Amino acid sequence: MVLIIDYQMGNVGSVKNALDFLGVENKISNVLTDIKRATHLILPGVGSFGEGMKKLKKLGLIDTLKEEVVDNKKPFLGICLGMQLLAQNGEEGGLNSGLGWIDGRTKKFNINEKKFTIPHVGWDDIFINDKEESLFKGINSNVFYFAHSYIFEVKNSKNIAAFCEYGEKFCAVVKKDNILGTQFHPERSQKSGLKILENFLTAKLFS
Amino acid sequence: MLKKRLIPCLLLRNGQLVKSTRFNDFQIIGNPKVAVQFFNAWAVDEIIFLDISETKEYVSLSRNDYNYKTLDNIIEILKDIAKICFVPLTVGGGIKTLDQMDELFRNGADKVSVNTEAVYRPGFISEAANKFGNQAVVISIDVKKNDNKYEVFVNHGREPTGLDPIDWAKKVESLGAGEIFLTSIDRDGLLKGYDLELVKMITETVHIPVISCGGVGKWQDLVDGVKIGGVSAVSAANIFHFTEQSTRNAKKYMAEAGIDVRI
Repeated sequence: MVLIIDYQMGNVGSVKNALDFLGVENKISNVLTDIKRATHLILPGVGSFGEGMKKLKKLGLIDTLKEEVVDNKKPFLGICLGMQLLAQNGEEGGLNSGLGWIDGRTKKFNINEKKFTIPHVGWDDIFINDKEESLFKGINSNVFYFAHSYIFEVKNSKNIAAFCEYGEKFCAVVKKDNILGTQFHPERSQKSGLKILENFLTAKLFS
Repeated sequence: MLKKRLIPCLLLRNGQLVKSTRFNDFQIIGNPKVAVQFFNAWAVDEIIFLDISETKEYVSLSRNDYNYKTLDNIIEILKDIAKICFVPLTVGGGIKTLDQMDELFRNGADKVSVNTEAVYRPGFISEAANKFGNQAVVISIDVKKNDNKYEVFVNHGREPTGLDPIDWAKKVESLGAGEIFLTSIDRDGLLKGYDLELVKMITETVHIPVISCGGVGKWQDLVDGVKIGGVSAVSAANIFHFTEQSTRNAKKYMAEAGIDVRI
């Protein structure tokens, strides 16, 4: 069973609809036993970094998530804010510490706002660093849907599986062993997005 | 590069999909779910749903010759559509509270559009942006020429506000709006193209994405919206409903005109 973590930050419904469409057994929950029982974890999220961490803390999810993802190596996918929360800290809504599973920080776009409208909203190309990466197998287009004002500045370039460019280069897909994150919304990126979700659920991510 | 977006706008009135002319003369087109099924297959980039009902009566969508169940409110319609829609979905119409927005987000909306309430209570824009993020808050601005001067109208385009569209656009940006959905009431349904003067005025004023709507009668109008108007996304309602593969053809036309779109 795939667990969509419900921490009251955004549209868990659209991720569920995508998994239902793929015919994958899934559940929206924030119950600790569900997190432990799940085969895969998905952390979606729309909203601010500070608020997101506050909710995860308040619901008492952080220790269990760390145990399952970092210690037990359960496949994990963070989407948009869910990806940014992987950072050590983030500057949205004041400086806050994040989950800290991947080295780096979440910061605001540092670009000319006269030339580039912020938020970065819409469909944009991603550039894949590792063509062999199983997450990207069989996608028919490299164009995905983004909606964000902050970016994840990843410290170790090895962890950047794909990047996007909007005034500056930024991480579009982060990967460290079993931990994955997409800055774009696969659940809103039509066929290619559904394929990424499917790959996350079927691929051997740890080889 | 960030693509220019093509966004069909679906107008719902008492549960039925309608087309309109100058925010009036509503003509029923059919079932919203069927339209979404087509648009989803036809490479649209997003879909905007505006519930323009003025009463709470919902016309049943169930017909004996179809197998559709009755959908009697916007949430039910949204839930049903979200199951088959894998592009971003914006929903609006009569939004006055954070709770209403929350319910829409929980049922499959990615963005919520606010219009009248934002004018009555501008602080609502910030409240919404703080709670749901800027990218989730779309401010709809309906503009009509009044005494040869552009003016913002609310309440189904009937109530003048005295607001100048440029000032209002600046204000909504500063309050945290993520995008502006700009409609020319004068052009709505007339198939004469966007009011490019108005569109340009707004895109030159703000640094958030602007979506233009109202008046598209041919694919070249979409190209003009981007090239002359300077918008991030073009929207239209009526034109997409009547021909097969309409949105795909529109995008092909835009691409041939040198606009970077997602094909």
